[in-house]
Amino acid sequence: MDFATLIQILDSSIRLATPLLFACLAGLFSERAGVFDIGLEGKMLAAAFLSGSVAAVTGSVWLGVLAGVFASLLMAGIHGLAAITFRGNQLISGVAINFLASGLTVLLGQNWFALGGRTPALTGDARFGPITLPLADTVAPIPFIGPIYAEMISGHSALVYIAIACVPASAWVLYRTRFGLRLRAVGENPAAVDTAGISVTGIRYAAVAICGVLCGLAGAYLALGLAAGFGKEMTAGRGFIALAALIFAKWRPWYALGATLLFGFLEAVGNRFPSIDFGVITLPAQFMQALPYVLTVVILAGFIGKATPPRAGGEPYIKER
Amino acid sequence: MTAMPKWADAVLVPLISLLIAFFISGLVILAIGEDPIAAMKLMVTGALGSTYGWGYTLYYATNFIFTGLAVSVAFQAGLFNIGGEGQATLGGLGVAMACLFIPWPHWSLALVAAVFASALFGAAWAAIPAYLQAKRGSHVVITTIMFNFIASALLVYLLVNVLRPEGALDSASARFGDAMRLPRLNDILALVGIPFNNRNPANISLLIALASCVGVWLLMWRTRLGYQLRAFGKSEKASVYAGINPVRMTMYAMLISGGLSGMMAINTVMGEAGRLLLNSVEGAGFIGIAVALMGRSHPVGVLLAALLFGFLYQGGAELALWTSIPRELIIVIQALVILFTGALDDMVRRPVAGLFLLMKKGKA
Repeated sequence: MDFATLIQILDSSIRLATPLLFACLAGLFSERAGVFDIGLEGKMLAAAFLSGSVAAVTGSVWLGVLAGVFASLLMAGIHGLAAITFRGNQLISGVAINFLASGLTVLLGQNWFALGGRTPALTGDARFGPITLPLADTVAPIPFIGPIYAEMISGHSALVYIAIACVPASAWVLYRTRFGLRLRAVGENPAAVDTAGISVTGIRYAAVAICGVLCGLAGAYLALGLAAGFGKEMTAGRGFIALAALIFAKWRPWYALGATLLFGFLEAVGNRFPSIDFGVITLPAQFMQALPYVLTVVILAGFIGKATPPRAGGEPYIKER
Repeated sequence: MTAMPKWADAVLVPLISLLIAFFISGLVILAIGEDPIAAMKLMVTGALGSTYGWGYTLYYATNFIFTGLAVSVAFQAGLFNIGGEGQATLGGLGVAMACLFIPWPHWSLALVAAVFASALFGAAWAAIPAYLQAKRGSHVVITTIMFNFIASALLVYLLVNVLRPEGALDSASARFGDAMRLPRLNDILALVGIPFNNRNPANISLLIALASCVGVWLLMWRTRLGYQLRAFGKSEKASVYAGINPVRMTMYAMLISGGLSGMMAINTVMGEAGRLLLNSVEGAGFIGIAVALMGRSHPVGVLLAALLFGFLYQGGAELALWTSIPRELIIVIQALVILFTGALDDMVRRPVAGLFLLMKKGKA
């Protein structure tokens, strides 16, 4: 494998890691506030569908993004209602949201566009174009650093840079603001937060809403950046990979960047080389596809480091009377 | 809350939830410009109006009984087994192993072998997440989700590279021998003189599914192990205090659950296709969740809910055939059923309980 190939693979790793990163940070906010979310996949799918539809109809990529965030927020609202207000099982609610999105997107897509569940292909301003970072063309001829900057770092769409900017932003919100402290406390010990006179319900709804917005961006990127339009089941398990990345990252923002880049890299390598020949053994493509899940199970088993979820995760908070 | 009688808790609340789910599904059909009443009529005639329709309904129901029981047993023990899909995939592999490599002289022997192999493979696939939950505290929901994906990758690999016969183009195993073809429902019913359509995949697995219902009921409500599992599910702390071993309970519950999911493959792989196909599970593992929730994790409830979902599946297929409503409508209905009978249960329960409380006060 030569240098140019490596750059190409890393370039596509960043692109493939972007939806994972958005979704992973989304899950991070929700789960840090004590609301488990296995419905990331469904929210992304709903967002991808509505953003693809609206961008196709209006021809505006940013209206598409807004629509995607709206769709994801609707799903998040259902999850909040079930998990916070009605104290239902958060896992079951997540499963329901995944199915709801999976069914509704095809049902409505077929009804609106009659393309077998797809939305019309997007062109021009209806999808994200590459952004050339300053000086990219100037440094391109420089060996080594030139290609890294011009091809790997520059030339992605706006949402890629927004996703990366979300990492320090999330870290700042979680660890440097009063809201972040309260959010983390709600996930560890809601009763203590309640005693301090802060609404547990309010903080949890806020966390679920942030999760909705970020999942919306993830879905919008899938339909408007990575692909040109929505396709049936286009999330293809990315919501679950993001969930895996979240555990891999031990519920921390900077680790989330590392974990999603790793999983994006695995996907990029798998796309580029269907099977990898190590001489002694040949690794099939399916091995690369299963690797994120296997790694997550190993991490969860605690053989390499220990991943401890927020203590109050998954439990509805019942106020004492 | 004590004012609510038992029947209201077991029957009335799920029924109201189901009605809400169907009502919203009707609104969805209305929203895409179709007539919900006509759609419902079409579904009923398509699924129940002929023995052909009944055959498919019962075929689907057979799958859902297995996966529904699987989720139920885990639920009873306080565990959420979301890995039915992967366990059923592995169960299919077990059936294929039993049927491809041993030339059974008669279907009955092959069936016994397939039941054991599918249950064994399904249970084995549940064993790792169960062990990790019991011993290492990793959440069984997350690990079983991961194992679903690993199972599907494993099956693709095996079908493409190992089990595919030389020169075959599609990713599927070789056909099982003719001697291993399971009797279809029409063959069985013909023995007692009932005419039944012969172009449907319903087969003897249905009887095994029904026997499994009885078996699960006996196990959970008539044995010491069942009592221990249910006690463990109600309160882990209290059961441990009573000397019940939590590691053993988690393992048993998940092994039984995985085995039941795996047994679904007898119906699809051996009963219908006669060979191992890439996607023989087709989401039945997930429908088990809806079935178990609706059936309140009781075998009788599971049986009824599985029949309902079998009807929805066959009816939905007919809808897709005759109208512009795509098959995915069933997924929406399934999602709404899970949402209202599972996650939003309290939304229905609270007003109903309030109503009973009011009635009690009125009497007093």
